[in-house]
Amino acid sequence: MIIGKINDGIVLDHIKAGKGMEIYNLLQLGKLDCQVAIIKNAESTKMGKKDIIKIDKMIDVNLDAIGYIDPGITVNFIEGGKLAKRKHLELPEKVTDVIKCKNPRCITTIEQELPHVFQLVDREKKIYRCIYCEAQA
Amino acid sequence: MKHLIDIHDLSVQEIDEMIAVAGDIIDNPEKYNEKCKNKKLATLFYEPSTRTRLSFEAAMYELGGNVLGFSEATSSSVAKGESVSDTIRTVGAYADIIAMRHPKEGAPVAAIRRAEVPLINAGDGGHNHPTQTLTDLLTISREKGRLNNLTIGLCGDLKFGRTVHSLINAMSRYEGIRFVLIAPEELRIPSYVRENVLDRKGIEYVETTDLEGSMPELDILYMTRVQKERFFNEEDYMRLKDSYILTPDKLENAKEDLSILHPLPRVNEISVAVDDDPRAAYFRQVKYGKFIRMALILKLLEVK
Repeated sequence: MIIGKINDGIVLDHIKAGKGMEIYNLLQLGKLDCQVAIIKNAESTKMGKKDIIKIDKMIDVNLDAIGYIDPGITVNFIEGGKLAKRKHLELPEKVTDVIKCKNPRCITTIEQELPHVFQLVDREKKIYRCIYCEAQA
Repeated sequence: MKHLIDIHDLSVQEIDEMIAVAGDIIDNPEKYNEKCKNKKLATLFYEPSTRTRLSFEAAMYELGGNVLGFSEATSSSVAKGESVSDTIRTVGAYADIIAMRHPKEGAPVAAIRRAEVPLINAGDGGHNHPTQTLTDLLTISREKGRLNNLTIGLCGDLKFGRTVHSLINAMSRYEGIRFVLIAPEELRIPSYVRENVLDRKGIEYVETTDLEGSMPELDILYMTRVQKERFFNEEDYMRLKDSYILTPDKLENAKEDLSILHPLPRVNEISVAVDDDPRAAYFRQVKYGKFIRMALILKLLEVK
């Protein structure tokens, strides 16, 4: 299967196989008017199988959100058909409005327009806690 | 501008300074009775709490200040759907400092996003209650003359009891502290307190179900109530509510200089017959609560 190269845009590579749609929805790529390709189960020497997303436009992507979902993803920025920058992600210190607090007693359940913010408290165990009630994500 | 949301907002040095100020207030009350003249404290209590609210109000009156506020959410604009941060911002236009109790956990963190005056967390659900912890620290300091080298027994609901979690957090910053955690299996200390505080800081502790057997080694016995409002299930509450009841005979093997603390209100976990024992410190603790809140108000208002 061939999907053409892009001139100016972003390629999200090394997405864990099966996570492509989650990233697509999280970044609200369905709202873009440019071409977006999701390649599922692409062959990968490193991962066996992987997903790839190609976005045919330079947009602001929420790297923290992507890093939270899957810190193994590589973000390639393409300019003039060439790789201009490659970013290896890591777990962000903070994620805002990516996940919601599950604690029914948390203030976020009633306070309008309050951002849902989670702070990384243990990088090794990938533990995030709500900045309001400290419940684990 | 400084707020008090969590006990860790205060350093050990700041806590020690406040304990010293509280001590000076106890010894020289007349020195302080006009310190907050023309200042106003707003007490915003979204859920009822007679004790904490009155303690804050008494503290402000004894500093010569004034008090305004509400004592239940139904009588406030929150009943009309106002957000906490809007209420705090509005009240900041009327008062110099705010003490807020809210049933939702994390409400004070949301509130200070727009706060223009210092905010004190007077309890946010089962989460934090830093002024109770300050009260406990002042009580221990006054009763024992120190905050280090103590064996502290915590008894009752160690799972949902926020005062217990905060006290463990606060006391683990002092040297030579050992905890004896006395609770029924279902109300044991949560793993995150065990792992994140006790284990991580290398604090010595034992977990047991045996109150009487633990008694001889304790310098402090901190009793807690099994709180009905923290249970989703009435059956569980009924089964566990009478797990530990402190009676005079259980104190037979206790140290002569043991101090018995309780955040109050009690239901039946300390028999009334214990009240006359000089080791019962819980009503003195109530008084200390007012003095430490006075010291806190002075600190946050930066009144010398």
